[in-house]
Amino acid sequence: MNRRRFINLFTGGSFAATLAAFLYPVIRYVLPPKQAEAVQKKVAAAKVGELAPNSAKIFKFGSTPAVLINTSEGKLVALSAVCTHLTCTVTYETSTGTLYCPCHNGRFDMAGHVISGPPPKPLEVYDVEVAGPDIFVAKRG
Amino acid sequence: MNRFARNIYAYLDERFKFEGLIAYSKHKKVPEHEYSFWYYFGGISLFLAGIQIATGIMLLLYYTPSIDAAHESVQFIMSSVKFGWLIRSVHSWTANILIGILFVHMFSTFFLKAYRKPRELTWITGFFLLVLFMAFGFSGYLLPWNELSYFATRVGTDIAGSLPLIGPWLKTVILGGPSVSQATLSRFFWFHVALLPLAAFFLMAIHVLLVQTLGMSVPIKIKDKTHKEISFFPDFIYKDALGWTLILVLIGVVCVFLPWEVGKKADPFTATPLGIKPEWYFTFMFTTLKLVPGHVLFFEGEQLVILAIMVGAVIWLLAPYLDRKAARDKPSPFFTWLGIAILLYIIVLTVLTYAVPRIGQ
Amino acid sequence: MKETAMTKRLIFLAALTGLVLLPAAVFAQKNSCLECHRGLDAELKAPAVGFAGDVHQEFGLSCKDCHGGNPAQDDVDKAKDKTFKGAPKRAAIPELCASCHADAAYMRRFNPSLRVDQLSQYATSRHGQLLKKGDAKVAVCTDCHGVHGIQTAKYPKSQTFPWNIPQTCARCHSDAAYMKPYGIPTDQMAKYKESVHAAALFDKKDMSAPTCNSCHGNHGAVPPDVKSIGSVCRQCHPSTGDLFAKGPHKKAFDDMGLSECEACHGNHKIVPPTTAMLGTADGSVCLQCHDKGSKGYAAAGELRTLFDGFESRVAANAAVLDVAEKKGVEVSDPVYKLKDVNTVLVSAKNLVHGLSLPDIKKKLAEGDSTLTDVEKAGQNALDEAKFRRKGLIIATFFLALFGVALFFKIRSMHKAG
Repeated sequence: MNRRRFINLFTGGSFAATLAAFLYPVIRYVLPPKQAEAVQKKVAAAKVGELAPNSAKIFKFGSTPAVLINTSEGKLVALSAVCTHLTCTVTYETSTGTLYCPCHNGRFDMAGHVISGPPPKPLEVYDVEVAGPDIFVAKRG
Repeated sequence: MNRFARNIYAYLDERFKFEGLIAYSKHKKVPEHEYSFWYYFGGISLFLAGIQIATGIMLLLYYTPSIDAAHESVQFIMSSVKFGWLIRSVHSWTANILIGILFVHMFSTFFLKAYRKPRELTWITGFFLLVLFMAFGFSGYLLPWNELSYFATRVGTDIAGSLPLIGPWLKTVILGGPSVSQATLSRFFWFHVALLPLAAFFLMAIHVLLVQTLGMSVPIKIKDKTHKEISFFPDFIYKDALGWTLILVLIGVVCVFLPWEVGKKADPFTATPLGIKPEWYFTFMFTTLKLVPGHVLFFEGEQLVILAIMVGAVIWLLAPYLDRKAARDKPSPFFTWLGIAILLYIIVLTVLTYAVPRIGQ
Repeated sequence: MKETAMTKRLIFLAALTGLVLLPAAVFAQKNSCLECHRGLDAELKAPAVGFAGDVHQEFGLSCKDCHGGNPAQDDVDKAKDKTFKGAPKRAAIPELCASCHADAAYMRRFNPSLRVDQLSQYATSRHGQLLKKGDAKVAVCTDCHGVHGIQTAKYPKSQTFPWNIPQTCARCHSDAAYMKPYGIPTDQMAKYKESVHAAALFDKKDMSAPTCNSCHGNHGAVPPDVKSIGSVCRQCHPSTGDLFAKGPHKKAFDDMGLSECEACHGNHKIVPPTTAMLGTADGSVCLQCHDKGSKGYAAAGELRTLFDGFESRVAANAAVLDVAEKKGVEVSDPVYKLKDVNTVLVSAKNLVHGLSLPDIKKKLAEGDSTLTDVEKAGQNALDEAKFRRKGLIIATFFLALFGVALFFKIRSMHKAG
């Protein structure tokens, strides 16, 4: 093998290797990742019948806690459970039918409005949708 | 191996008739002299634009142009998609590198007076390509929908809105409404992936065609001296490739050690962050606007600056026709000094923006 | 121009009306007190200048409503007529203000929701009691509310706006020389400024955070006695109070006559509670009562170990995520999960007041499972950072190889050409 052929082979070979090194990430990128979608806009919070009237359940919505409430009138309501004062998690108080934050006595109604206490902003309300045996919660809008 | 390759070539040549193309490219020569280093920047720009198209198309696979999902989709690409961090960081870094290279390309051709006859149209298309790529940068910057992008877009379009007569109308057309909103995101996405690529494709086609047809311009000083010439194919191509390889290494290193940040999701109701400014390639104009006093004689300061920049841009665009001496292949020191002045102005004001962050306040 | 008889009559009527109204207008605006005092200097000018920003002035009241006199008279002797009271003595100020502010029917005209019991409250306060005994050094209405330029407590520049209250009280209560005769400490404001409540009020601008009057009352200000401290704190910390009441400490504290919250947390310098308060090492509040060898001592040690283990796990995870972030890996999801764990920690710390070890362990266990997830994510992030650097080396190697090949290729073509 003469010098010229060697250089040509070397050039072509290293080019092919470089191309492969670039093709590998491209192919891995295109193959779908495990978590199929970017935004968790809809979450299955509970099963129908799981919650008795005047009770609630805390569930994970995306990466934050949310609360699904079956009010004493049998209506399903879902809100963010992150208190707008200092981000403690609120709980549903069955005796008053309100959301109560034990950290500094904040209180919210079923529409997320602040009834009393230090929270400065209302809780975000989510949409509830019943599909078959599942209760889905999704962001509004 | 060789015979196989020759068979393939023969098959294609019968159908595509390569002979003419091969003959032409064998004859095409590129001059080699003390300034021919600057010849490579056009090719580098083309290469980087190619990277942008490739990575941009890849990003399209996972990006969603909706204000509810844009930021989340970018975060998804950065954290969950395999090599998503790499594709996205390459796209963001190369955008900035490309615009930097474009400025180098533009100023080097200006100082070497490559715009003189018969290459006036190359310069004209080149100028508009720069404008297009800065528009690419401006529209692309909004797409991740983070705090910086939202407010930088607001500041930038406010400046567009302050233009005399057409300002408010222009601002509404750019934004798709009275303020930065979903309409703006959809519109900027459309600019970025459809309208601007189409326009850039046509202008680049004309630009490259002209370069291929007319060959490389030789500076006036060198013109009469004898100089070496190398063939475009394959010698110049190999040299081009070496430059591109080095750039790729640079991009790789920078993307692994300084991946592009996702940022905080845009919230129109928060206050504008202090010291908000557009991307670095707009800062020289931005800082000029901040430094100029409110009123100069009987003109409103801002309007005067915008007018001056537009006049400057027109003079720059028409340099091939204004520079009579260069058109006759004569040395043209006036235009060289003009170029130096404008270059210094851009550099000084860009550096000033970052060295003195609260300038003009 | 044609002037009809009708037009002439209208002009005459207008002029007459103006002439009649003019003196009324002049008299309505005339305030000789302000006019004269504006021309004086320093101490005597201040009231006239300050009154422009006073809430009383906004409601149409003026100098004569407190001081008497006749503001329509330019001559100073005529202005200071029989009704003129001059500047009231300090001891008479509460009664003077109350002459309107304790009159419900009168106050209803201006602000029906305003309380009218300030004077009766003041009588029960330490300030009021001492004033009755003849001590004029104590605070009266004007010391806290200002005098000419009084604004409501909702106005940020008012002396009684929440974040101005500590300064208002401290004017006397931090003045060691002034407070000498009373024998009480003067470091409350300094201590309060270091507290978590002051941080909430001044740094986070949380207007719901307590200041002096939240715990001491404003008009009926008296330091709460030992039995009522717990009730005062429970106003904002009810869950903690409930837990404490159900726990073993309540009876013990009551029997010993100890103030509930203050015994461990202090009163003015209340700092964010750390696990350093628990346990058997120096600085622990448990050691105040529990000696070595006692059941309480053992429980304190156990609690401390539980929390230390949990907190160190959280800290280790935070450190790993920090390193991963600096290396460029996107870790916003596990960082957010770690914040969730912090909520568990806060709840667990709250449960300490109930002193039920099983409850505390259960709560910490909730955080443990999240921590395991965060640990996994953190490790994955570090692995990813390593993978990227490895990949870069490989890719750069091939590119470098290609570059070298090109270099030789170009050189060989040069030689040939």
